[in-house]
Order: sequence, then C-alpha cells, then structure tokens
Amino acid sequence: MRELKITPIRNGTVIDHIGNGLALDVLRILGVPPLERDTSVSVALHVRSGKLGWKDIVKVENIELSPRTVNAIALIAPTATISIIREFRVREKRAVDLPPKIVGVLRCPNLNCISNQSEPLESEFDVAERRPTVLKCVFCERRVDDFLHHLA
Amino acid sequence: MSLHGRDVVSIRDLSREEIVGVLDAARRMIPLAEGSRRSPVLAGKIVAMAFFEPSTRTRLSFESAVQRLGGGCLTIADAGGTSLRKGESLYDTIRMLSSYADAIVLRHPNEGAARLAARASDRPVLNAGDGAGQHPTQTLLDLATIRERFGTLAGLKVVLLGDLKYGRTVHSLAYALAEFGSEIIISSPEGLRLPEEHRDDLKRRGAKVREEPSIDRAIREADVLYVTRIQKERFPDESEYRAVAGSYRIDARLLSAAKPKMIVMHPLPRAGEIAPEVDATPHAAYFRQAFLAVPVRMALLAAVLGPARRGG
Repeated sequence: MRELKITPIRNGTVIDHIGNGLALDVLRILGVPPLERDTSVSVALHVRSGKLGWKDIVKVENIELSPRTVNAIALIAPTATISIIREFRVREKRAVDLPPKIVGVLRCPNLNCISNQSEPLESEFDVAERRPTVLKCVFCERRVDDFLHHLA
Repeated sequence: MSLHGRDVVSIRDLSREEIVGVLDAARRMIPLAEGSRRSPVLAGKIVAMAFFEPSTRTRLSFESAVQRLGGGCLTIADAGGTSLRKGESLYDTIRMLSSYADAIVLRHPNEGAARLAARASDRPVLNAGDGAGQHPTQTLLDLATIRERFGTLAGLKVVLLGDLKYGRTVHSLAYALAEFGSEIIISSPEGLRLPEEHRDDLKRRGAKVREEPSIDRAIREADVLYVTRIQKERFPDESEYRAVAGSYRIDARLLSAAKPKMIVMHPLPRAGEIAPEVDATPHAAYFRQAFLAVPVRMALLAAVLGPARRGG
C-alpha cells in the first residue's frame, strides 16, 4: 500500500475511496466545521488510487459515524469505504451501502410536499434506481438525483 | 386480494384486477346511485370527509355515495373552521378523526398529505386529491366512463388534451390506461406539456405514448378525447393565460372529423374548453362521467368498508 502523508489515527474513522473532488462534500455531511471534543480531521485530495484513478480520503479522530451519516455519505460518495479505527488498528472496514430507505437525510425538493410542512415526520425516500442513484419521496413521489443541495 | 380495510392513496395501490373489480361493482351500484334501489351496505358506518381545500363535486359525490349506501358523514368542508388554523398538524387532526369515523376521505393542498394521513389513521384513508399529486377515485371514474362506452380499456386511442403539466387527473389516468394497454396520444400547448419524468416513466412501463401537436389530427384518430381545464391560477399574468386558454376549444366543427363513437371527457368544471353546443352531440360524455363519480365511489367505499368477503 502506498504510504500517505497523513499520520495514522489512534481512534476514529477513515473514509477512503471517496470519488475525486468529493471530500469537501463529505466534510459538509460530517458537519465539519465546527468540531467538538478533541477531534482532528485530515483531508487528502487527489490521491492516486488503483481502483478509482484518483480519490479523496478523510480521516476523523475520535468520531464513529452514525448510520444516518453513513447513509448520507453513500448518497454523495457511493464508492467510499469506511474503516473504524481503535488503538491504531482497523476494527471494521466496509463499503458504504445504500439501504432501500433513506430517512431523515434529505429534504424533499418539492416545497409543496407534506414533508416540508410543519408535520411531525422525518423525510423519507425510497431508492428508485441505483447506479446512478435516484430516490423517490415516499410522500409526494418526487424523484431526486441531486443530493448535495437537499441535505437536511 | 380484498380491498377491505385498505388505504387508497394512489391508483397504483390497486392492481389491475382490483380496478376491474371496483368497476364491475360500480356498474352494479348504478341503480342505487340513481336512487331507484336502496342498500344498507354502510348502515351504521361513519365516513369523515376531511376537505382542506375547496371542492364541490368530489365532496358532494362522496357524501352522496355514503348516504346512498345508508352510512353517515362527518364533514370538514372549510379548513378555516378547524383546529388546523390553531396550528394543529394534519397528523394530529387525522389521528383524532380516525377515532370518530370508520374511514376518512381526504382532500388536501399538499402533495403526499394522503400518504401521511394513511400513516396517522388506523382506519382506511381514501385520497380525494392531494395538491398536484394523486386523485385515484377520479381515475377510477374516468376508467368507468370509458369502459361503459367501449366495453374495454384495452386497444383504445386516448388523446389527452390541455394542461398536462399541472393537471393531476391526467397523470394517474395515463398510468392506468397504459397498464390496460391503451395508446396515449398527448396534445398540449407549449409550456403545459407532460413533465418529462412522467413521460419517461410511462415509457419505461412499456406504455404506448406519443405526441400529436395538431388537435385536428389527434381528434380524427381518437376513441377518447380527454380535455382538461387550464387553471388560470397557475399563470403569472392574465394575458399569458388568455393566449394559452384560447389555443384550443372543442366545438362541433372540430368534432365533425371525429369517429362516430368517439367520446369527449372532461373532469369539470369546464372554463370554455368545450363549447356548450357539444353537449347535444353523441360525443359528449362529461356529464355521464360526473354522474359515474357516485357509483364508483360507492363501489370503493363498499369494498373498503363493507362486510369483509370470505377469503378477503
């Protein structure tokens, strides 16, 4: 494996194989900045990759991602892999996987959709198509393929 | 599968067989809808009419349907008079209504409202139109009108004319007709064309869909001419509306080239798209269509709310 100019982290998450140029969008999903606790974030842009040609990498110290965050990353960066690091060792590594339902991650782009009124509900989309991903609002059936602009 | 106890939010909630079942039952309901026979199918049942948007024929035909079957109605006909004005969510309003009634008929200005209501209610919810979204009972009565005249829903050429962009009725109708194997010919003024995602979706489902910008040519080959109203409120200014509104008007001269059995349909109210002189021609089917709203809604209410069938 090619050595990277980023120091290893003791505990946290490495998001690797992010499509070239998408790391900053992934940071937005992670809510960076602002940072909390003793967290440091390393970002590598435009790194050579055997699989992708070029890729981005994000390392976040002392944070393990919630399923909701992983789902959002799966939408924006479907090729990403996520490794959980504990005591410098990879404890778990997996590709992001888009579940059949995406709950609470996006806003419906249809402003007249009931999910955009003040109802006690979370937004909810079914995956209508994969590669490329197209979602469909379970309420108004609007199709969405531009996820970055509709993150909740 | 039985419709007993089920929500009907979109026409796609019903299988082909279920649609045919409702249409067959609607035919049997006609004498009841005319008042020449009585039925106690909904005796002791209460249906809530939750209308959060103005509607005349949809609400009245639903109320007529309930009463013809011996049931009673609770009606919210003006959202201003409800606690929604006090900030109550639709979710809570429906929860409350579902404890007062055996079924809820909902008309609402927001797309997806009926899907939300179906979740909130443990009683069946029938969607009577949500925003520019679904209006499945309109589709059922459209299908009933076509089937009554032609005895089939397959192999017909159905021209959809007018506002195909905002007109919610035509989207559901196009899906259903495609499902039954009729050809859809779309003809609309520039700016009111069928949204691309609907056209692509129809084609993906194997529907025969094509455009015919010439109304004359479309009418010549049509079995059904489905005309929609151009909604004035959608246009930014009056002159623009007039330009489009005047772009088609079905009159006796246009219809002289039509097939003898061709029918003209319209969800009503009309606003000048069909000249009154057409009413007297054998092509006019829109008043029959408006009448069939009652037996069709009776059939659906009876299926959802009536005694459970064996095996259902």
